Amino acid sequence: MDYNFHWRPVFRQLPDLFEAGLLTLEVAILSMILGIVLGLVLALLRINGPRPLRWIANIWVELARNTPALFQLFFFGFGLGAFGLHLTPYLIVLLGLSFNNAGYLAENFRGGFLAVPDTQFRAARSLGMTASQTYIRIIIPQVLRIVYHPMTNQMVWAVLMSSLGMLVGFRELSGETQFFASKTYRIFEYFAVTAVIYYVVVKIILIGSKLAARRLFKY
Amino acid sequence: MIEIKQLHKYFGKLHVLQGIDLNVNKGEVLSIIGSSGSGKSTLLYCINGLEPIQQGQITVDGIPVHEPKTDINKLRQKLGMVFQQWNSFPHLTALENVALAPKIVRKMSKDAAKTIAEKQLRHVGLGDKLDVYPSALSGGQQQRLAIARALAMEPEYMLFDEATSALDPELVGEVLDTMRLLAEEGMTMICVTHEMSFARDVSDRVAYFHQGHMEEVGPPAQIFGDPQSPHTRKFLASVR
Repeated sequence: MDYNFHWRPVFRQLPDLFEAGLLTLEVAILSMILGIVLGLVLALLRINGPRPLRWIANIWVELARNTPALFQLFFFGFGLGAFGLHLTPYLIVLLGLSFNNAGYLAENFRGGFLAVPDTQFRAARSLGMTASQTYIRIIIPQVLRIVYHPMTNQMVWAVLMSSLGMLVGFRELSGETQFFASKTYRIFEYFAVTAVIYYVVVKIILIGSKLAARRLFKY
Repeated sequence: MIEIKQLHKYFGKLHVLQGIDLNVNKGEVLSIIGSSGSGKSTLLYCINGLEPIQQGQITVDGIPVHEPKTDINKLRQKLGMVFQQWNSFPHLTALENVALAPKIVRKMSKDAAKTIAEKQLRHVGLGDKLDVYPSALSGGQQQRLAIARALAMEPEYMLFDEATSALDPELVGEVLDTMRLLAEEGMTMICVTHEMSFARDVSDRVAYFHQGHMEEVGPPAQIFGDPQSPHTRKFLASVR
């Protein structure tokens, strides 16, 4: 084996990689926020929404969970493109990831809602709370605790999945790495360093989530 | 006053309440006894509008419970309810459990809600558990917490749905004592119960329910001492 490692060009590009890393984080966080909101709506629709909306929610969840995430990105890129709707790479990745997150989270939320006993709802209503007060003050806080760890997993998943963005021309961490790697032919070095960056980002998310859980859930 | 007139309630085809007529006066303690499935718990759920009714009328202080025009959330502030399963809110401390509804339903200030919550928790003997989460309380304590939570709304009526039947036997006493205390203070109470001694000692009147009918209602001495209906006699013989 006569491969010589050259790390210097990689280290020279580190600021660019970090910047791309922030973009990765940004798109992951935004896709989680959208995913949580949409996932909550999907879960409630699946539990007791009117029929046509319930079907749409079911189809959404089925597609998001049972097709490759890459194909979902391609749909927002090339699929919509075929109909003349050309989104920027950023939007393609954001919408693709949000679609996927919402599908997975909806299933988690649905399980969470079903795990909170009916009697909690009745007790709150018997105190004169409205249905929405009951959801906001009593039901959703309990659901959030149940889905907290699955939600953290989904966040990690979103960070890692955003690397698919490089296949639709998005210069997030992986796209940026690919760009420099092909310019310098230091492919192994670039991707090794990027893998470390991913690893550190994910670790920070996991530790942060653990610390936050300790503050949030005292019961 | 709670007035129930010709109340009929169905669950699908099942005719659970078959023409109930019953008035409960202010300051009165009424116990409802009867075997499971006789419709007694359903009656409580109907009184505070948690269950729709199919025929007849229930009014609380003249306000019809099931009229669409009635502000049911406002009416429920008059009607405290305690359930068989002690539904404490697990994500809130004892104090927060009790203070929440005064704050968001009665729109009290944070401090005022806290004050009333503390007062009611002391009232039921949980003055030393203010900052404890329900998971650290026994079943009996959680049920007393549920009573305090209902009382903090300063209701005029309290509905107890088999408040002790999910408890371990050694915890029943503390909850019954709390209910006795309320009765002595003059609270108007409707208690669906399997505790015959409570029904006999504490109530002003006892009603016996059998298969969706109110078979018999009267002072405890009459119901327990000289029951008129053969069903009542049979039931009392079986629980003695």
